[in-house]
Amino acid sequence: MKDFTRRTLLQGGTALAATGMLTGPALFDFAKAWAQSAPWKAEPGAKLTVMRWKRFVPAEDDAFNAMVAAFKAATGTEMNVFSESFEDVQPKASVAANTGSGLDLAWGLHTLPQLFPTKVLKMNDVADYLGGKYGGWTDAAAKTCKLGNDWLGIPVATNGGYLTYRKSALDKAGFKEFPKDFPSFLEMCKALKANNTPAGFALGHASGDGNAWLHWVLWGHGAYTVDQNDKIVINSPETAKALEYCKALYDSFIPGTASWNDSSNNKAFLAGELYCTANGISIYVAAKTDASKKELAEDTYHALWPVGPVGKPTELQLALPILAFNFTKYPNAAKAFVAFMLEKENYEKWLSGAQGYLTQTLNAYESAPIWKADPKNEVFSQASKRTLPAAGIGTVGEKAATAIADFIVVDMFANYCTGAKDAKGAMAEAERQLKRIYR
Amino acid sequence: MSEASAWTQLKHNRNWLGFWFMVPAMAFLIFFLAYPLGLGIWLSFTDTRIGRVGQFVATENYEWLWDDSIFWLSVFNTLLYTFVASALKFAIGLYLALLLNEHMPFKAMLRAMVLIPFIVPTVLSALAFWWIFDSQFSIISWSLKHLGIINQNINFLGDTTWARICVIFANIWRGVPFVAITLLAGLQTVSPSLYEAATLDGATRWQNFRFITYPLLTPIIAVVMTFSVLFTFTDFQLIWAMTRGGPVNATHLMATLSYQRAIIAGQLGEGAAISSAMIPFLLAAIMVSWFGLQRRKWQQGESND
Repeated sequence: MKDFTRRTLLQGGTALAATGMLTGPALFDFAKAWAQSAPWKAEPGAKLTVMRWKRFVPAEDDAFNAMVAAFKAATGTEMNVFSESFEDVQPKASVAANTGSGLDLAWGLHTLPQLFPTKVLKMNDVADYLGGKYGGWTDAAAKTCKLGNDWLGIPVATNGGYLTYRKSALDKAGFKEFPKDFPSFLEMCKALKANNTPAGFALGHASGDGNAWLHWVLWGHGAYTVDQNDKIVINSPETAKALEYCKALYDSFIPGTASWNDSSNNKAFLAGELYCTANGISIYVAAKTDASKKELAEDTYHALWPVGPVGKPTELQLALPILAFNFTKYPNAAKAFVAFMLEKENYEKWLSGAQGYLTQTLNAYESAPIWKADPKNEVFSQASKRTLPAAGIGTVGEKAATAIADFIVVDMFANYCTGAKDAKGAMAEAERQLKRIYR
Repeated sequence: MSEASAWTQLKHNRNWLGFWFMVPAMAFLIFFLAYPLGLGIWLSFTDTRIGRVGQFVATENYEWLWDDSIFWLSVFNTLLYTFVASALKFAIGLYLALLLNEHMPFKAMLRAMVLIPFIVPTVLSALAFWWIFDSQFSIISWSLKHLGIINQNINFLGDTTWARICVIFANIWRGVPFVAITLLAGLQTVSPSLYEAATLDGATRWQNFRFITYPLLTPIIAVVMTFSVLFTFTDFQLIWAMTRGGPVNATHLMATLSYQRAIIAGQLGEGAAISSAMIPFLLAAIMVSWFGLQRRKWQQGESND
């Protein structure tokens, strides 16, 4: 656990000073002024224990720590923050929900607050305050955290994943710009393969990358796991078309994608074996920060997901909501902290620290400096706006989250693409698995 | 005459004292072994999810598993993995044990080297194998390509057959030292005079093995193989670190599927049902070994029946 002091704040500020952001004493002054006028006054002697996902970009962590330290200094709230890996956040938050102790705030993935709606502190006032001040929430962000009219948590950010490609390979394949629709995208992948500069997308049990691009293919063809009433509709002509399209793509990929996990495409791209893949901005950030990969970084570009036959974006991006438990002894401090996190003076600095890894869920932050700091970042600013919620068109909640965690869609495509099952068999198995979950 | 106090009884009654000496062991077994097992079985009859208490649903979880093709694939994978890996671990382990039991230079060093795979943390060795069999960066593919034997990388972990072979190979590598060293310990207990007498009677090396070594080693083989089968059947780390059950669930074992459904997907009841479904297989393995040993009457000083 981390105990934040004024010293920590100053250290964090030093790291960020180079970016010209609000740091050190200035950040402290802002925090103090904010605490005096904020709608929520932290309870005297408040102590908050916060669990968050383990950071991937160190500068993001610096910005987060500086913000936490400023909040502590301004409100007198003791802050204990600790990190867990992506997959451990949900079980540990659930243990806290079950036992009614241990944590005040949990920052996790997907639809975390929907897992225990009776255990969370309603955040309607915080959502209204922030939404009103910063241009409203994106649609998917609101759906991820709302149950009826209640906000079960606050959608802090979205971890965006987009197409990462080598421009030289596209030029050689005869594509002046990145394809914007499915047929052109397939043609591009075929051309890349013909030039021995292949594309590749994870078809293994990759929680992030595998689920993201295969839901994009599925939804792009107008197919869904469940409809608006949570009726299972995976076994459909639209899904069959999605399978055919995916098989054609798979045949153009670099060999081995059926075994890929979330880190495989990063390794292959940075090693110069892969020329187009789907990922967060981390490949580009890694290349930029490695002097030996200067040329690769210069040749690396990002693009939006092409739009499928349905004619509108069908992306699945990773939501990152925060929740406060209703058994916290310090509900005002918890609400104040969440609101403080998303104030402009903190949030834009934090986005800059994340270098594009995090994307805003409040519309006003579309103009944040990070998106113009490097033209190659800009694509990622769209993530929260273009994504569908994890449930697609169905109900957001534990069943949709389970279907994703159980790789139902990933396995269906992998079964067909690798020849393990025919289209009917692959769809039938997915249908059976969904019935198990939605029973 | 007044009744003796509990303290007096404790001091003088050996049965009473013995009972109290047993209490810590009993408590340990009940709280750390029996209770979790019982709780797991109970959970399998509920729809408990991570984050909320479940309701009793009788055998519903098992009924869904009965028609679940991925569950049956995991059962098949587990049996294949256990049978092939255990048989090969036994063959290689016995061969190594016999070899290391001979007089040879650097014997102590060689025996120590055999243990190396066993002392490396499982996750580290699994990560090493993951790299060795990586679809893009396999050292094997790289070497064969540079030798001009193959033109493109072997799709080790992306092809269902190859993936099964790879995880079985990794399990064998890791498990052989346990079998080899334990059998070697058993071989050390066989009296050299038996071999001398047999040699004087004109026995060949094969006959020495068949009629002296093997019968005397049988009890150790039974124990070693029971443990080996149990460890292999319940393996988790190697698979999870190397393949996460892929590609297309071809390497999902019952243990990994249980983890995926219970912890990752949050369905504790269903995950517990998959774990509980392992119990009959494990009991069968123990029974085979148990009754195999019981039948050997020589243990009670009689000849085998």
